[in-house]
Amino acid sequence: MTQAIRTKPGEPLPLAEGLDGIVGDWSSDQRAFKNVPWGKAMMWIFLLSDTFIFSSFLISYMTVRMSTTEPWPNPSEVFALTLFGHKIPLILIAIMTFILISSSGTMAMAVKFGYEKNKKITFILLLITAALGATFVGMQAFEWTKLIVEEGVRPWGNPMGAAQFGSAFFMITGFHGTHVSIGVIFLIIVAIKVIRGDLDHQRPGFLTGRKGGYEIVEIMGLYWHFVDLVWVFIFAFFYLW
Amino acid sequence: MAHAEGQQHAHAQGQQHAHAQGQQHPIGIYLKIWGLLFILSALSYSVDYFHFHGYLRWFLIIVFMLLKAGLIVAVFMHMMWERLALMYAIVVPLLLLMTLVGIGALEADYTFFTRSVFFLKGLF
Repeated sequence: MTQAIRTKPGEPLPLAEGLDGIVGDWSSDQRAFKNVPWGKAMMWIFLLSDTFIFSSFLISYMTVRMSTTEPWPNPSEVFALTLFGHKIPLILIAIMTFILISSSGTMAMAVKFGYEKNKKITFILLLITAALGATFVGMQAFEWTKLIVEEGVRPWGNPMGAAQFGSAFFMITGFHGTHVSIGVIFLIIVAIKVIRGDLDHQRPGFLTGRKGGYEIVEIMGLYWHFVDLVWVFIFAFFYLW
Repeated sequence: MAHAEGQQHAHAQGQQHAHAQGQQHPIGIYLKIWGLLFILSALSYSVDYFHFHGYLRWFLIIVFMLLKAGLIVAVFMHMMWERLALMYAIVVPLLLLMTLVGIGALEADYTFFTRSVFFLKGLF
């Protein structure tokens, strides 16, 4: 049967196999999410709700694209760039994808070095992540400018085909770009907290007054990887489909 | 199996480090996943570059997308090393989205049908 489980934070807890473990964790009347800092569990729940927001956007995009009688503009051509005299389809979006994946890689390593309390390398990796994120936002600004000024795409119409293309595009990539921008700001804040040694001394933050150790680097990482994750779906469904 | 090993791995790690809440894994696994994500992104880009069309295109796009998403969630976000209680709390609600996709598709098909009839183009 399910045993009472100790829930003193910070100690490893016994875990029954499979379903018994889930029942044990959820029915222990204290903390459902054991062995994770509460901030991390809350970040996961925030990300779950954010997933539903982005999914609502992508599903409404699916609905308007399926229901329009006008031809949908071909993203492969709309987002093509002329480089060195060749017209390469979707090249800007591909570069943006690689940049965001690289930032995820540096973020994952920042989390690892954070838990090793290697302040300097964590700081540098966080700044590289932020720089890659800022580059991504910059390229997105370039993409939007090109689309609005040169191609004449507007939320209510465009010269290439279905009017819904513009509204879906600006809504989805705009919301994603906002997430990236907020992520860059928070990456810089976390990087400063790391290099100042706030996390070693559990100094309370200026905004929430919350004391945090190096798990806040991992929580930041969860948010950042989520932004990358959303881009994977946008890349597949909006740009490649 | 892989999951059970992951749990044991995390557990052993937790006991090694007195703090117990840190996710500590060798750096090699992050670099390997990074490389894999690069390869998968290149593959999904080449689906467009080499002009695959129709069901093959959609199938390849979705396969590469799900592989990338799975790698990011499982390894970069450490989900494979978390307890099942957290994993199920996050992953199971996402199945609801399938319902939403179904409703959206039904609605879209009907809208397309009525528009086609009304504008007398497309279907008839």
